[in-house]
Amino acid sequence: MEKQLYTISVYTENNPGLLNRIATIFLKRHINIESLNVSRSEIENVHRFTICAHMTEVAVKKLVGQIEKQIEVIKAYYHTDDEIIFHETALYKIASNLLFDKREIQNIIKNSHASIVTVNPEFFVIEKTGFRSETEALYDELAPYGIMQFVRTGRISVSKTEMKISEQLKNL
Amino acid sequence: MSTKTERIIGAEAVVRALLEEGADLAYGYPGGAIMPIYDELYKYQDKLQHVLTRHEQGAIHAAQGFARVSGKVGVCLATSGPGATNLVTGIADAQIDSTPLVCITGQVASHLLGTDAFQETDVISISAPVTKWNIQVTKSQDIPAAIAKAFYIAKSGRPGPVLIDITKDAQLGELDYAYEKCTGVRSYKPIPETNIEKVKEAATLINAAKKPFIVFGQGVILGEAEAELKALIEKSGIPSAWTVLGLSALPTDHPLNVGMVGMHGHYGPNKLTNECDLLIAIGMRFDDRVTGTLDTYAKQAKVIHFDIDPAEIDKNVKTDVAVIGNAKDTLAKIVPFINDAKHEAWHNEFKEYRKIEDEAVIIPQLEPTKEGLTMGEVINQVNKETNGDAVIVSDVGQHQMFTVRYADFTTTRSNVTSGGLGTMGFALPAAIGAKMGAPEREVVAYIGDGGYQMTCQELGTILQTGAAVKIVVLNNEFLGMVRQWQQLFFDKRYASTVMTNPDFIKLAEAYDIKATKVVKREDLAGAVKEMIASKESYFLEVMIEKEDNVFPMVPTGASVSDVRLS
Repeated sequence: MEKQLYTISVYTENNPGLLNRIATIFLKRHINIESLNVSRSEIENVHRFTICAHMTEVAVKKLVGQIEKQIEVIKAYYHTDDEIIFHETALYKIASNLLFDKREIQNIIKNSHASIVTVNPEFFVIEKTGFRSETEALYDELAPYGIMQFVRTGRISVSKTEMKISEQLKNL
Repeated sequence: MSTKTERIIGAEAVVRALLEEGADLAYGYPGGAIMPIYDELYKYQDKLQHVLTRHEQGAIHAAQGFARVSGKVGVCLATSGPGATNLVTGIADAQIDSTPLVCITGQVASHLLGTDAFQETDVISISAPVTKWNIQVTKSQDIPAAIAKAFYIAKSGRPGPVLIDITKDAQLGELDYAYEKCTGVRSYKPIPETNIEKVKEAATLINAAKKPFIVFGQGVILGEAEAELKALIEKSGIPSAWTVLGLSALPTDHPLNVGMVGMHGHYGPNKLTNECDLLIAIGMRFDDRVTGTLDTYAKQAKVIHFDIDPAEIDKNVKTDVAVIGNAKDTLAKIVPFINDAKHEAWHNEFKEYRKIEDEAVIIPQLEPTKEGLTMGEVINQVNKETNGDAVIVSDVGQHQMFTVRYADFTTTRSNVTSGGLGTMGFALPAAIGAKMGAPEREVVAYIGDGGYQMTCQELGTILQTGAAVKIVVLNNEFLGMVRQWQQLFFDKRYASTVMTNPDFIKLAEAYDIKATKVVKREDLAGAVKEMIASKESYFLEVMIEKEDNVFPMVPTGASVSDVRLS
């Protein structure tokens, strides 16, 4: 069976030890976490982990089963890319003089639908939200001019179909 | 819950909470960071017995032995740092064998956390992968709820060990104490709902099968489903085999009990796993020692899996029908749908294999004619004295496999051994706990000369408590199981398996335990008789033929049907 990228969404109670427990489940099976994001969810006091990793469908099923076994995990789901809406955000810090000396940069920003977060005499910061390929493409375009700092968030995603978490919580 | 609260300190709250949960016995070892709790144990000693072991590993294995025979939650206590890390082997053992434990560790004061203080260790991170749940408590007020939740999680659903790490300032600080038992955790469903359609589908497969075969595990014991299992077996007439941890759920002499599956299981059950047309797994997890290579495991059969843990379904063996739920409930539900059957011809196939195994392996082991003593004949002699009514504890290695193969059982919860983790040193402390969990019963511990020396300091616990356990050291002056593998797979290169042993008799006598050594066959029966007749603890050492091997055997990576008789 072929490996592919799965996005795993885990709804949990707010417990500081849980990240460790979830990470251990991946580590034990030698599955590399490609990206990880933790945030609040649509439900009060319920947190949501969004984890991306490459594996087979058999492996992701077992992995999600092991995650759900954790006492403070409410529910875990896995999705392929065509089942979700997803994005990442990247920040690019660039020297301010380039904005004026190299007029092409302005075109790059405009054409990539990126936005400028802040400008000061030393540097300016561009923010780009989109697919990995889009933030990568912008990186490649800006790289020749010199990028002072670059950072990208983990993937965040929502599923196309309902996950029915609130309903499940009521039943628990 | 009564709204009346009392002002007490955290350490007292720990002891009172334990009593609220019915724990009147705990095993442990004091140290700096847990001293306030020990001070309260001193005050409450008429209500809660604390057993001082000689090592924290001894404490947790004793708690495991207690839990396994009594069905209650085992409790153990240790201090921070090395006290806590010394518990880890037992925690991992309890996790893989689904044993309910509450472990309480002391921790440095909360203002010292993260400073590498004396005896500080991050036991929460260390124990996370091997606990069902764990929590660090830094506020006195949080102690009662943490203990209530710990007991609930440890014993509900598929049981397991939990750990509560309590900082010293939380033990010393005051709180408004009131106790409320935990009845639920919203993110945790201990017993998943059973789908009655799956029960009916399973019944249809069972009724249609020509060669059905049941393999049951500890899930039957943990779910208290022994009677339901028996009802299913007797109505369906299905030959039934057990895993190491399923042993004692069905009496040894039950006519439908065909023996053990797995690496050193019986010949027929292994061979016929690959000939049955329906494999019915009940409360077992298809461990690699049970299945051999999965590539050729029961490929011809449809598979039904009864389990309480949804994560076990399809984990190792793909099932056709999964019946999720507590075995007591799911087995009771399926019995009315099952047709009466006998499966005589199929059963005869097991009998034929049994004859082959009797001749090649079992009779030479139980009634040997060669000069050297066998482990099997010692176990057989004990069977004769106890009539199979004893709690049997075994350590890990050759003697363990001989024990589970040859010890007789009439009563459930009587087989205590480290199945999943294979922890040498388990048996002696576990036997102490088992005796305290079932004081009216005979407790016999079979231990190899290797494993015995891993925890023989617990003879001190026997001396201090008077726990009347019967210790049988089967001494072949080798780490026998590793030696057997070296003989079979490493051209007899006995690397570090030869044991130069101390005088075990003197050692037992140093702890005031009556001790006998048997070297000749003619002395065995008398010594065993004396041991079982003894009202006090007793140590029996039997010198065993040095290079005897456990058979049948499914070599690692082989198919179960390639089980070897020699």
